[in-house]
Amino acid sequence: MPDTVSFRLNGQPVRISVAPDRTLLWVLRTDLGLTGTKFGCGIVQCGACTVLVDHRAVRSCSVDVKSVQGTDVVTIEGLASDGKLHPIQEAFMAHDALQCGFCTPGMILTAYDFLRRHPNPTREEVIAGMDDNLCRCGAHVRIVDAILAAATAMRGGSPS
Amino acid sequence: MSIRQATDQPGKLALEAAISLPTRREFLKRFGTGLMVWVVLRRSAGAEESEAAHPATFRPRSAGDFNAFLSIGEDGHVTCLTGKIEMGQGPITSLPQMLAEDLDVSIDDISIIMGDTELCPFDAGTWGSMTTSFFGNVWRAAAAEARSVLLEMAAETLQVPVARLTVDQGVVVDSKDPSRRVTYGQLTKGKKIERRLTVKPSLKAPGQFKIIGKPLLRRDSREKVTGTAKYAGDLRMPGMLYARVLRVPAHGAKLKHVDTSALRKIDGVVLVQQADLVAVLHELPDVADDALGKLHAEFEPSPSTLDDRTIYAHLEQAKLEPTVVAQGGDIAAGRALAVRRLDQTYLGAYVAHAAMETHAALAHVEGGKATVWASTQNPFGAREEIAQALGLPIPSVRVITPFVGGGFGGKTFNLQAVEAARLAKETGRPVQVMWTREEEFFNDTFRPAAVVKIQSGLDSAGRIAFWDYEVRFAGDRASAHLYDIAHHRTSAVGSFMEPPGFHPFPVGAWRAPGSSNNAFARESHVDQLASMAGVDPIEFRMRQQKDPRLARVLKAAADQWGWKPGKAPSGRGLGVACGADAGSYVAAIAEVEVDRTEGKIKVKRILVVQEMGLVINPAGARIQIEGGITMGLGYALSEEMHFKDGVLRETNFDSYVLPRFSWLPKIETVILDADDSPPNGGGEPAVILPGAVIANAVHDATGVRLLELPMSPARVKAALAVKGQVT
Repeated sequence: MPDTVSFRLNGQPVRISVAPDRTLLWVLRTDLGLTGTKFGCGIVQCGACTVLVDHRAVRSCSVDVKSVQGTDVVTIEGLASDGKLHPIQEAFMAHDALQCGFCTPGMILTAYDFLRRHPNPTREEVIAGMDDNLCRCGAHVRIVDAILAAATAMRGGSPS
Repeated sequence: MSIRQATDQPGKLALEAAISLPTRREFLKRFGTGLMVWVVLRRSAGAEESEAAHPATFRPRSAGDFNAFLSIGEDGHVTCLTGKIEMGQGPITSLPQMLAEDLDVSIDDISIIMGDTELCPFDAGTWGSMTTSFFGNVWRAAAAEARSVLLEMAAETLQVPVARLTVDQGVVVDSKDPSRRVTYGQLTKGKKIERRLTVKPSLKAPGQFKIIGKPLLRRDSREKVTGTAKYAGDLRMPGMLYARVLRVPAHGAKLKHVDTSALRKIDGVVLVQQADLVAVLHELPDVADDALGKLHAEFEPSPSTLDDRTIYAHLEQAKLEPTVVAQGGDIAAGRALAVRRLDQTYLGAYVAHAAMETHAALAHVEGGKATVWASTQNPFGAREEIAQALGLPIPSVRVITPFVGGGFGGKTFNLQAVEAARLAKETGRPVQVMWTREEEFFNDTFRPAAVVKIQSGLDSAGRIAFWDYEVRFAGDRASAHLYDIAHHRTSAVGSFMEPPGFHPFPVGAWRAPGSSNNAFARESHVDQLASMAGVDPIEFRMRQQKDPRLARVLKAAADQWGWKPGKAPSGRGLGVACGADAGSYVAAIAEVEVDRTEGKIKVKRILVVQEMGLVINPAGARIQIEGGITMGLGYALSEEMHFKDGVLRETNFDSYVLPRFSWLPKIETVILDADDSPPNGGGEPAVILPGAVIANAVHDATGVRLLELPMSPARVKAALAVKGQVT
């Protein structure tokens, strides 16, 4: 049965009438039209569907939409603010840290949560922190470089 | 239209002419004024591989097909159109980069339309590393032709000879009086100028380049980091339905009966039930998915009795005539010279493409016309498949290619687009099909399991006395040995997808089809011979070659690495391998560590040296090399389809193991300068080496020779156990 679920989505309040056990990924992609969140595997193995729920990276393929009731959800479309890209997005561009781009939204949002918890990471920590996100094009080296550069920029240093 | 040559399929002629004319009229309608350049693309190297990869009923067979196109609008903005597609490999950047160079305009003034069968000229498909190496020169010629037309017009306008004119950023300037200038936009304003390229215009020489050869960042990254880049599964239309298709549980299984009664309880569900297509559709994809799960279906089991162990004997015993790929000297005489023999068989498993984007398509069928947005490497092939399935003439089908989330050869065929089109026709509503990961694995056209048998020997001087090589079912690409061997023969049985009927499920082109199997077998074998001869593996290869391009990449690799010669196994865990693919030469050196308890191989460092002729975008080329190496770790170490009686064991990423961040070696790439040579393929060559270079490094570390890919922990442990080395 439909129910009302309310939360903040990319900074705006939303209130939707939806069967509460529907999967967050499909509600985002279909009902809410935010297709930047990708379907990759459906079983929490690839990370393409990652979104932020209260700043934490969550695999949207595996949670019900009711679980985000009252939370602050950010998808890749909402990471830039006032037209200004987030430093992680800028670093991904500056390092060509993508090829086909399909894993990119999930990579960026996973990196966001990782850098929130590890503002000054080593290369090894970045690798460990990103290990559950899959990329098939082999952009891994660039992604690690980009996250390290973003960390520097977010600490107020100049990006390398 | 120029006259088409007769072909062996006269019935196709009328069809081809009918296709091309309206397409051209469509161009003229859309780009009514300005300068347009048409180019004829001749069949040449690589065409046969395209043919093998995707036999098409409509394919240019004569010099009359327009194959590249650009238009300069009244505002000076350049629009270029290509049937090639962007799947991550980078032509969205490199093709405009070439145009910017040869037209002398800013790359910011160039937009590109890719993979739209109604707007873009025919293209045989995006694969085989041919976009730059083959298509690129035609593309550049179109730009050079446009530039020469514009210079003639400018000479008239400014009343000075062409020789006095220079162009920069789309502005033509009189070099004697720089105040006298005219822009491309002003020259073409209000005019309709059509040029057809018949004579090959002279291209700029590398010394004149201002933009080609400069590293450029990707032009599509902003869309991709903000989530605005649209892939086929991201497109929405009013009234659309999402479809889930009922699949058989095993290849070869047949649907006997399906009970759909449970669907009656689900609001809004639409059932399509045809002899070979059962699908449930709904306005919400997850509801369609749930509904599919409520079907009760019975199947007849697959007649297949093969499994992932018996497959190799099956392929070895297949009665097919081998084709000789290369030969020289006299094998019998070579055998007689051999004082030591080495006969080996190398195996490679079925490997999935596993692009992160599953196959997706959105189809809209109305009034006898179909428009299908598809994730495809082959929009023109998709158009044919859809037309045939719907019973429509080919010109009534338009395929549009949004961003493609990885292909690697796996998006050559377009079943999902056909399914979406058939369901759209049946329901009268737009229909989207986006495969689940399980469907993606099940419906993949896998890299085929393959067998390579090599017989060889060393003569009394420690050189290769003879080389008798047979590749079965991988394909003959990169199969010919690269070395200086007097008595040799290379033969191939079957190809990477032909003939049909030998594999238990569909197989097809996988990034550099055949080359990774061939490079693994050849370079493993040469390494064993080096070891038998007691010679350092690089030294052995250098002594045994007479190809300067091969010598150059090997030497550069040794220098860059700081290679210290040593006979394998040295215990250092160092391996070397080299190869040639898509016209480019590559050499790699790797350092590995073998966990003898777990059987795990860790690649610590890998160096790749590539000589690929002229490089358009070195930044993009380097990324393709890194990507090829990273991807190649998978087929080398973990990727393998297990199956039995038509059922695939690997269905998702929990069982099929892709390379991940924690596998990353230190990757170094060196691109050798070869600007005076034509550009060769860049997206594939590096992916052919990880199997061989890692196998050779494992041998160097342990003395154990692995002859089967992937070198999974179980295989490593088994091989070490035979050698008595498990700790």
